[in-house]
Amino acid sequence: MAYVPLADQEQELHHPHSWVTKYVFSQDHKVIAIQYGSTAVAVGVVALVLSLLMRLQLGFPETFSLIDPSSYYQAVTMHGMIMVVYLLTALFLGGFGNYLIPLMVGARDMVFPFLNMLSYWVYLVSVIILMASFFAPGGPTGAGWTLYPPQTSMAGTPGHDWGIILMLASLAVFIVAFTMGGLNYVTTVLQARCRGLTMMRLPLSVWGIFTATVLGLFAFPALFVAAIMMAFDTLLHTSFFMPAIIEAGQPLDTAGGSPILFQHLFWFFGHPEVYIVALPVFGLVSDIISTHARKNIFGYRMMVWAIIAIGGLSFIVWAHHMYVSGMNPYFGFFFATTTLIIAVPTALKVYNWVLTLWEGDIRMNVPMFFAIGFIFTFIHGGLTGLFLGNVVIDLPLSDTYFVIAHFHMVMGVSPVLVFFAAVYHWFPLMSGKMYNETIAKWHFWLTFLGAYAIYLPMHYLGFLGVPRRYYALGSTDFIPESAQALNANITIAALIVGAAQLLFLFNIIWSLKNGKKAEHNPWGSASLEWQTPDVPPVHGNWGPKLPSVYRWAYDYSVPGAHQDFIPQSTPEADEPTVDEQHFDPDHDQSKADI
Amino acid sequence: MSFIKQVTNKPWERKGIIGPLRPVGAFPVPAEKVALSFFLVVVAVIFSLFSVSYFIRMELSDWAPRTEPAQLWFNTGLLIISSILFQWTRNLLKRGETRNLKTSLVGGGVFAIAFIVSQLLVWNKLRAEGITMTSNPADSFFYLLTGLHGLHLLGGLWVWSKTTIKLLSGNAEPKDIRLSVELCTVYWHALLVVWLVLFGILANT
Repeated sequence: MAYVPLADQEQELHHPHSWVTKYVFSQDHKVIAIQYGSTAVAVGVVALVLSLLMRLQLGFPETFSLIDPSSYYQAVTMHGMIMVVYLLTALFLGGFGNYLIPLMVGARDMVFPFLNMLSYWVYLVSVIILMASFFAPGGPTGAGWTLYPPQTSMAGTPGHDWGIILMLASLAVFIVAFTMGGLNYVTTVLQARCRGLTMMRLPLSVWGIFTATVLGLFAFPALFVAAIMMAFDTLLHTSFFMPAIIEAGQPLDTAGGSPILFQHLFWFFGHPEVYIVALPVFGLVSDIISTHARKNIFGYRMMVWAIIAIGGLSFIVWAHHMYVSGMNPYFGFFFATTTLIIAVPTALKVYNWVLTLWEGDIRMNVPMFFAIGFIFTFIHGGLTGLFLGNVVIDLPLSDTYFVIAHFHMVMGVSPVLVFFAAVYHWFPLMSGKMYNETIAKWHFWLTFLGAYAIYLPMHYLGFLGVPRRYYALGSTDFIPESAQALNANITIAALIVGAAQLLFLFNIIWSLKNGKKAEHNPWGSASLEWQTPDVPPVHGNWGPKLPSVYRWAYDYSVPGAHQDFIPQSTPEADEPTVDEQHFDPDHDQSKADI
Repeated sequence: MSFIKQVTNKPWERKGIIGPLRPVGAFPVPAEKVALSFFLVVVAVIFSLFSVSYFIRMELSDWAPRTEPAQLWFNTGLLIISSILFQWTRNLLKRGETRNLKTSLVGGGVFAIAFIVSQLLVWNKLRAEGITMTSNPADSFFYLLTGLHGLHLLGGLWVWSKTTIKLLSGNAEPKDIRLSVELCTVYWHALLVVWLVLFGILANT
């Protein structure tokens, strides 16, 4: 069989004929992206509300009767799992991955559009299974998002019968959905790039999403394996993880299993998962900073290498989550070392973002506010990671609010700020409309300052020794009463930040209908996704002819050019110059080969 | 271009079209094959992690290893024949021959089905002897690993059945099913390797 290169193949696109095939069972990557994104945000709102319920209990104990210890643990568990897996993973890979990959690589769609559609619907099923556990007898599982055995299936844990089974089933289904989507993203990036678009000409967003997807394909199987064995332990009383246990005076029929084995499997997934979220974030924020600073990204190659290095290293650091589980000191030493090494490529990226800003022609557009906010929160969360990466410092801090503060700064607030940056950056492309800038800036300041008001004091609470995961503190000798005042303050800040997200939702939904019409490529971006003939891009993206790429994605403020950016699809011969004699307005970049 | 050469390119220096005039993927094969390779890595990771768990669990005191039933050797033979038949079908299609095509394609699937049925018979026999999912962790792993391998094979059989129906009903020319058969062949060989490794682990511990 003759091999036909994909990107050139004018394949018969799946043409939607009805409203249902166009907007519901669509095979268009852009529709699927928006379905993924909206579902993720919707389930994220549920998790946000759960966190506010937890904060109400912590800030004002014994005030709200609807939160009892069981529902508190259920809220902790569901908040964590939803935010990490069902919101952040789905949002950046299913949402932005789907939207941006085909547009940024100059393809008409993903290489397997049907599989892509299936991926979304299977993801939706996993979300429905998870949400069903709220209505199941006993409610959702309250085992903590890490689901450590043996307590997951012990009678004292809320949701130990139905809740945990629904959680495991939902995770397994999610992994199937992710694998379908992931194979698509990887193959599209490798095989469907348009003419002239080498791997090293790809925008960093694509590099981040691509590498994160590869990590996901290798890491999610660990969770899958753990979930299957745990489901057997719970349902059939096998003893993969379950040790011999006496529960309420009665020995359980399990014996000999290894709970630590579960922890290894869980974190072999769990740590790469951090980077499955972070790498797309690194990529997106690089492109946003470069575009709004009107400067090429500093150290493009280093940025790519750092993404690959972080991806590789992320598989050999997992046991730093298990220092308190007890391990051979030499292992502890090994994992502490690898953990600290991963800070090198990560710090390199941070320096490069800052150096991209250096002497840039910075435009303080809304996405730039969020991107710079991200640099702050990420440095902050990253530095506390250096504390916790060391065994001796982790041991006393591990079960305190210091850890809560660390991971919320580094993989809660930071990715969410980039999510907002990315939505505000690509919204004009996705919808053809502009949003209200004033509301968006209010949204930024409330979210950014509010996040600090929430998490900065938590570091201090951690140093005081306030334990995490506790429903109520009770009275102790070592925690002063003032800690409670701090907790009340944190709760008030959390409520304000939570409410501020309504501004975002309102702004986006309102602007879809009433927003000002966006001009073509409003930020003057050089990358390919802004060069489509139609805005928003139509099904098939590129009109009759696929684009060709003549340069990298970062030709900003090129000396001699009359405009401060040259799109990737502009041929060298048509490069606009200030040379009056040879300047040909017909070859203006805005009319270039698109 | 090698990976190292690729990632040490300085993209800001060279302008213009790099590479041939038509777009080509990173690998000179259809996208389906690239996707299958990644999927096989996922499968490999799943079975490796199960094997690692097996070895860790094995060290604990309540582990009671059992002699695997001899029928598994017979089953292994079935799976090998199935794999050979798929390879034969692939070679026939590559050479453009249509003689024996239907026989070899159908045969490949039938031997795989026979493998699964025979595996189920082993399960039945063991259960009759009181060896169940919960009798010992070694037995739990036996059912888990064989079951999971069987499920993967069932997934392959689904693709095989679609391809076979297409060919037998006359809706497809032999050349139309060549890619499907090639993908199935690679998948079958991979599952054979997985089975040989699993069987080796089960039989030797």
